[in-house]
Amino acid sequence: MTIAVTSDSATAPIFYEVDEHAHPDGGSTSLGFWIYLMSDCLIFAMLFATYGVLGGNYAAGPAPKDLFDLNLVALNTTMLLFSSITYGFAMLAMARGRIGQVQVWLAVTALFGLAFLSIELFEFAHMIHEGATPQRSAFLSAFFTLVGTHGLHVTFGLIWLVTLMVQVGQRGLIPANRRRLMCLSMFWHFLDVVWIGVFTFVYLMGMLR
Amino acid sequence: MSASAVSQSAMSAFSTPVSPIFGRLTLESFPFHEPILVATFAVVALGGLVVFGALTYFRLWGYLWKEWFTSVDHKKIGIMYMVLGIIMLLRGFADAIMMRLQQALAFGGSDGYLPSHHYDQVFTAHGVIMIFFVAMPLVTGLMNYVVPLQIGARDVSFPFLNNFSFWMTVGGAILVMMSLFVGEFAKTGWLAYPPLSGISYSPDVGVDYYIWALQVAGVGTTLSGINLICTIVKMRAPGMTLMKMPIFTWTSLCTNALIVASFPILTAVLALLALDRYFGMNFFTNDFGGSPMLYVNLIWIWGHPEVYILILPAFGVFSEVASTFSGKRLFGYTSMVYATVVITILSYLVWLHHFFTMGSGASVNSFFGITTMIISIPTGAKIFNWLFTMYRGRIKFELPMMYTVAFMLTFVIGGMTGVLLAVPPADFVLHNSLFLIAHFHNVIIGGVVFGMFAGIAYWWPKAFGFKLDPFWGKMSFWFWVVGFYFAFMPLYVLGLMGVTRRLRVFDDPSLQIWFIIAAFGAFLILLGILSFLVQIAVSIKNREKLRDTTGDPWNGRTLEWATSSPPPDYNFAFTPVIHDGDAWWDMKQRGWLAAVSFVALLGIAITHTFNYNRDFSIPAEDVIRAEEARTRLLAAQVTP
Repeated sequence: MTIAVTSDSATAPIFYEVDEHAHPDGGSTSLGFWIYLMSDCLIFAMLFATYGVLGGNYAAGPAPKDLFDLNLVALNTTMLLFSSITYGFAMLAMARGRIGQVQVWLAVTALFGLAFLSIELFEFAHMIHEGATPQRSAFLSAFFTLVGTHGLHVTFGLIWLVTLMVQVGQRGLIPANRRRLMCLSMFWHFLDVVWIGVFTFVYLMGMLR
Repeated sequence: MSASAVSQSAMSAFSTPVSPIFGRLTLESFPFHEPILVATFAVVALGGLVVFGALTYFRLWGYLWKEWFTSVDHKKIGIMYMVLGIIMLLRGFADAIMMRLQQALAFGGSDGYLPSHHYDQVFTAHGVIMIFFVAMPLVTGLMNYVVPLQIGARDVSFPFLNNFSFWMTVGGAILVMMSLFVGEFAKTGWLAYPPLSGISYSPDVGVDYYIWALQVAGVGTTLSGINLICTIVKMRAPGMTLMKMPIFTWTSLCTNALIVASFPILTAVLALLALDRYFGMNFFTNDFGGSPMLYVNLIWIWGHPEVYILILPAFGVFSEVASTFSGKRLFGYTSMVYATVVITILSYLVWLHHFFTMGSGASVNSFFGITTMIISIPTGAKIFNWLFTMYRGRIKFELPMMYTVAFMLTFVIGGMTGVLLAVPPADFVLHNSLFLIAHFHNVIIGGVVFGMFAGIAYWWPKAFGFKLDPFWGKMSFWFWVVGFYFAFMPLYVLGLMGVTRRLRVFDDPSLQIWFIIAAFGAFLILLGILSFLVQIAVSIKNREKLRDTTGDPWNGRTLEWATSSPPPDYNFAFTPVIHDGDAWWDMKQRGWLAAVSFVALLGIAITHTFNYNRDFSIPAEDVIRAEEARTRLLAAQVTP
């Protein structure tokens, strides 16, 4: 033992940190969440590719031009884009530590998200009523699955958002809650970006087919 | 066709009422009319009762629940993965030997002993189990156990998620096992190509079992991939730059990148197949614009990276083993890293070689043929690196090294037949023949399985504090290697003669001898598996004789050998600082006993609690006790 101590002279290279360095709680969370988002992005990429392959297979059924109402889609897109802006305001309020403002902006975001979902469901119901069901053709299977998967993500985002509002209400803007708000923020903006793809690739280009 | 007629035709597929709880399962799902299955069930039920009774008698349930099932310790989760993989190996191998027996018997008008619907389930289950529930758990288990130790971390980034991933994998395995006795498994082949796997050709529960088992296990795998990437990127000890990481950690990083970048595709494509089956959609159907070949493309965009997910960690094991047992630094570390990364990227650019016969045209087939052949360059570089590592080394032929040599010989044969299959015109002849079967068993057994056995023998002393019995290990080794050649070389011959895969009966009596040789090989492999189990039993019985008190029985070179065997819950009392790629070798060269004793001395002085992570921390007294015990053991090493 004494040998050990004496051999550890000043010149010897250091092999161990004697002082424990800090392990910030959730230090890997944002990286992990990013990687999760990218894996989710791959699911969307795959659904886009499927739509790209099957999107022209109408099976003598309705085509995009018969089905899409661009005015409605424009309104829908506006709702989602506004919800991203308001979420951004919530994050700014979080940076300033204003709990009340955070809650208000989160609530506004939730309302916009809800409006987006309602319009989407209205569009779906309308299409199904006209006989354009997901079973009608490969094009419609791919359409409902791609747009519906995005809608499901928004739904889960809304559930998460409400949960976080309760948690912020209970515990305030503690570090764990800030981290969670940050993750939801990434998730919400990610869905916005995916929607831009849906809007362009499915709706706008669909009208040109 | 009007919309209502379409929805009617979609609904007619579900002519039998579907229960909200049991789905398409009914009382008739229990296979009372199958003597083989009833007997198997009886044996499994009896065995299960014995295990259950023993666990209850020895009052182990509480211990297992508290110390293992709910543990978030990456080492325990890693070991549980290995146990799962080995148990499922027995099931997957039972399927294999049934197939070999059937094919050896079913000649000259004989139907063999397996009815066709049973035989089709057997070969499907064999493939699914061997890939998803044997190879994947073994690979994930090894990465889980070794990676945090190699990078000097206390655990993975998200320990709770790790436990969750493991149980997701178990959930998938349980579903596959259940299908043996409740309902049936898919009869579609291991990738369940539509339209065969669609609702009109597979109206039974088999494909549903397949989809749900793979979905559950696949999500678990994706999450564990995210977890290990974060661990490797964020939790390396100070000084361990990327190019100082042990090569096994490098291959693990690439494997997990592949997992995260490919398993979502599997999840999505199986979801689409489920939508076809459950809601009558038309992604992969023959009607209404569906495209079955789209499924084949998508599943192989996952499937080809998957085979590299399995082989890269095995390459990592061989690299660690070759350098440790040659007593030399790994030859060409940098080229090894680049080769690994190049293979990772190329694995995404070759999926179409699984179906050149799709008819995508000469240009597309040439592209995928060439990218496939290019993969042999980085792989060849690796083989030369291992050879040069051995060159002029002091080679010790312990079990892991024997597996490494067997791998190098076997894998090169598999690699060459792979390049052969990558030539599209040759592939048109050999597509779906037994030549293909021989090829991929050649690389998976010769690469992944040998790699996992090498890894188990290499890291066993680290995990349990005693070495594995060498005699039974060598028995297992020789049975496996010789058995492999007997089992699969005849399949190359048969494949060249035009025999296709998944056949149940044969007309040409001249082929029978080859199938009998293959069955003999499978029997040798059975002896190899049994020897492996005996090896574990004998080693546990003789553990005092095989005990390793140093924590470094092989004169290892990487960080996991710097802590005790088995490592304490917290892995390292102090965070190691890294100056060299072979970090532990570097420490040893510069007076390791001094360093370790110094650490142990200071360990006694620790007064603060270790912030392990937010899930649990370890009381300082426990750390002090463990480190004192280790110091005593190390001191005993020095005294004589």
